[in-house]
Amino acid sequence: MHETKYITGKKQADHLKEMDIIREHIAHNAPLSEKEKHEIDHEVSLVPFKKAAVIEALKIVQKYRRWVSDESVEAVAQYLEMSAAEVDSVATFYNLIYRKPVGKHVILLCDSISCYVMGYGKIYQALQKQLNVQFGQTTKDNVFTLLPNVCLGCCDHAPAMMIDEDLYEDVKEDQLLEILKKYSQ
Amino acid sequence: MEQPLTKHIVPGKSLSLKEYEQTGGYAAVRKAVKNASPQDVQQIVKDSGLKGRGGAGFSTGMKWSFVPMDDSARHPKYLICNADEMEPGTFKDRLLLEGNPHQLIEGMILAAYAIKADISYVFLRWAYRKAATLMQKSIEEAYAAGYLGKNILGTGWNLEMHLHTGVGRYICGEETALLNALEGKRATPRSKPPFPQVSGLYGKPTIVNNVETLCCLPHIINNGAVWFKGLSVSEDSGTKLYGVSGKVKRPGVWELPLGTTMREIIEDHAGGMVDGYKLKGVLPGGASTDFLTEEHLDIKMDYISVAAAGSRLGTGTMIVMDDATCPVGFVHNLQHFFAQESCGWCTPCREGLPWVERILLGLEKGSGSNEDIDLLLMHTQYLGPGNTYCALAPGAMEPLQSALKYFKEDFIKHIEKHECPYTG
Repeated sequence: MHETKYITGKKQADHLKEMDIIREHIAHNAPLSEKEKHEIDHEVSLVPFKKAAVIEALKIVQKYRRWVSDESVEAVAQYLEMSAAEVDSVATFYNLIYRKPVGKHVILLCDSISCYVMGYGKIYQALQKQLNVQFGQTTKDNVFTLLPNVCLGCCDHAPAMMIDEDLYEDVKEDQLLEILKKYSQ
Repeated sequence: MEQPLTKHIVPGKSLSLKEYEQTGGYAAVRKAVKNASPQDVQQIVKDSGLKGRGGAGFSTGMKWSFVPMDDSARHPKYLICNADEMEPGTFKDRLLLEGNPHQLIEGMILAAYAIKADISYVFLRWAYRKAATLMQKSIEEAYAAGYLGKNILGTGWNLEMHLHTGVGRYICGEETALLNALEGKRATPRSKPPFPQVSGLYGKPTIVNNVETLCCLPHIINNGAVWFKGLSVSEDSGTKLYGVSGKVKRPGVWELPLGTTMREIIEDHAGGMVDGYKLKGVLPGGASTDFLTEEHLDIKMDYISVAAAGSRLGTGTMIVMDDATCPVGFVHNLQHFFAQESCGWCTPCREGLPWVERILLGLEKGSGSNEDIDLLLMHTQYLGPGNTYCALAPGAMEPLQSALKYFKEDFIKHIEKHECPYTG
């Protein structure tokens, strides 16, 4: 039976808060920082063997670097005693682990069925026009990356999108400018 | 009409531990761990007729009964809450997660007790940020109150609970793929047998239950199996969170007796169609269920009746297709989703779904032929049940095969006119 350690309430709350607000930037090709290592160690302590913490490790790295570079894959692999190929097979499987650079803010526009019926296409067109990017691209000023996303689970308020951690429901084309402005500064 | 799961939920608010206790919360855990054996809890849930609310509709008590319970059983055993709600058109678990997280925690404790689990996880999709914060806070409150951790309520039983947030991919909702994701692997489904009850997370006995299923448990323990059976208006037991999205006047989610008719849900609760639109088709329980049409409006939305009408209750959250929406475009959107979300583990799904998607795109763009319809029909057979590890591809074929049945004229029109008659 493996040991599962419970961290105290306060510590966990701090950790989660940190997850939400951290924007402290580490270069994409830097070795793992002490902070990253410390957080990965914590995740390793919760699972029976190191490898099982790889998704969490990738999340931690991405939190500080916005995306996961080849160098980061290598660093995580070494730290968790895995092959880089194995880490990459996991990293490339999950759509919210970014293996290419993303902008400062990531827009996830729902393209699933309820939003399709309620006209997400128009929102996409308007975003393309305003940001001059298509799905999978980042604006020239590196502020926004626009990505399609599967159903966001608020189909009674379609069309929906998320920008970073913020959910926008019943989105209308004429609101976009104002919404984007909040993130442009 | 009783609404045990949602009656205390106020939109935009979340019940704290204290508020939940004031509504009778955690009484079921006290009752169970002090006065009932795990086998007793299994029996009452079996007797209640509770079926899994995640989509498959399998008997919860039966599912649990395959977990080894004797002293030789391997530990730790795991209880996992599947909160990876990602079926397109489905938004029911979000309400329970955000509105009353302690109800879910209590349900998880009861399920864990019933199988003598040692460790539990909430597997939550990344996009539910508010739910993540609330669940984390509530888990901490439950630890502090002695409902979780060591020696729960002085009984000597230990249960740990962790929140795990995912990093995307629909397939994580498939229970064996979910286990791989929790183990830090690619979320590919596992070959069964062995079933998770015997060899699940890290090869240990594991149960995976849906959020809504788990939220039923405190009420069943408090009020009994007979009461739970009496909540429904059909042979299936309990209430169900039904949802409606699409061009209806009041899209939303409501807890109603299991077996409420589709007509009542769409016309009364969702207010009927937006003026100027007619109902053309309904996916009764998410993207991977067969279409039903206007002629089915009076069927009862329960597992048995929806299956008898040729579809599945699924998640119980309906997507309404109106008469101004092109059925070919609609089904193309669905198949694009399934093709993209295929994990690529087995060939029919990996290769077949993108082919289906391309054929549908061709039809929608006006370059399709009659042969395409035969090809699509062939795929509904080849990607149907029994050819793949998991239910993703067979699920994808459900709306396709029924669209070809009910909206065949629309497909033909696209071929004859060489364009989409809805936009052309």
